[in-house]
Amino acid sequence: MTPPAQPLAPDAAALPAADESPGTLPAAAAGAVATIEDAGAPSVLDDDSPRTPKSPGEIFHVFTRLALQGFGGVLPIVQHELVERERWLTREQFLELLAVAQVLPGPNVVNLSLMFGDRAFGWRGGLAALGGMLLAPLGVVLALTVAYARYAQHPVVAGVLRGMGAVAAGLIMATGIKLLPALRRNVLGPTLAFAFAAAMFACIALLRVPLAWMLGGLGVVGYVLAWRRLAP
Amino acid sequence: MTPAVVTPPAGGDWAGVFAQFLLLSLLSIGGAISTVPEMHRYLVDQHHWLSNEQFSAMVAIAQAAPGPNLLFVAVLGWGIGGALGMLVTMIGILVPSTTLTLAAARWGEARRHTRGVQAFVTGLAPLTVGLVLSSGFVLGKPAYGNPWLLATMVATVVVCVRWKVSPLWLIALGGLVGGLVT
Repeated sequence: MTPPAQPLAPDAAALPAADESPGTLPAAAAGAVATIEDAGAPSVLDDDSPRTPKSPGEIFHVFTRLALQGFGGVLPIVQHELVERERWLTREQFLELLAVAQVLPGPNVVNLSLMFGDRAFGWRGGLAALGGMLLAPLGVVLALTVAYARYAQHPVVAGVLRGMGAVAAGLIMATGIKLLPALRRNVLGPTLAFAFAAAMFACIALLRVPLAWMLGGLGVVGYVLAWRRLAP
Repeated sequence: MTPAVVTPPAGGDWAGVFAQFLLLSLLSIGGAISTVPEMHRYLVDQHHWLSNEQFSAMVAIAQAAPGPNLLFVAVLGWGIGGALGMLVTMIGILVPSTTLTLAAARWGEARRHTRGVQAFVTGLAPLTVGLVLSSGFVLGKPAYGNPWLLATMVATVVVCVRWKVSPLWLIALGGLVGGLVT
């Protein structure tokens, strides 16, 4: 399993793909941002794309297959299946789609699937990709949930889940720690960028301030400062 | 630890749950995991529909299963109200972001090279990192009173920061430790 991209440009302090695998995430985020600078990238599903999906049904099938392989993060599998196996996208096209998917709210793999399907077959393609990405894994996860609800009182099961929960917390914490160095190259400057990250952690994790207030306050300040410093 | 919810949402609460998840969908800058602290605040601290332990266990189940991490939302929804809860939370979290994605994709990505979009991406990056760290902290709550669990969490952080390991192995190992010693 290879990460979808190595950092192509030094300036890589972008939005992290926080919904994806902790291991591959910073590289993916960095690569995606690199393509933002790369204005001449071909657009998705251009003629130079080696193959195109035949039908929404085929999209559904391929996305179901790739979603079921994605343990602990689907993004590397999406890259492998769409770029290397199906050859529906070139590597550049994939990174271009990912860059857009990351800017928008929502999980980046879900956004990416939706945009890919939409380009190919309009909303039917989008729905096919989204359904393929979500339905089969949803069935698996619900089966596990029902089993959990049934056996959660069993002391060993409860213990196992506590252990798994502690690892899940550690995985996400590690993801955040690995993203910290990228802030050194943020346009806000390292001091301000680290201060913003620390303020966010203090307010959200410790003081439990609602997220909407933070994005409306600190988020707007961050946006305005970045806007000013990006002045041409 | 009880398998059922602490107190399930009553009939009238579902509109509120739906509205909350619609809002969270638009606030999920940087992915679904960055909304974990807000979901925890809403479901555990504010409404007591789930305990700390249930919340963390449910996110762990979703992490151990294949598919996008977003599916932890379905597990939480199922946890507070079965199939109805799952539909309310999943539709809520998906509709705004997918609608926006389709609209933005068609509007044209040419604009992502613009100063406005660049300012958005870099200006919010530090907040996203803070949110990811907050998610880890909040999910770790059941571990803070137990030295074994705390050690498991810290070891996971150290291993993940230093080496590249499949998360699945670590989750399996954590389950083993939890089953044996807690």
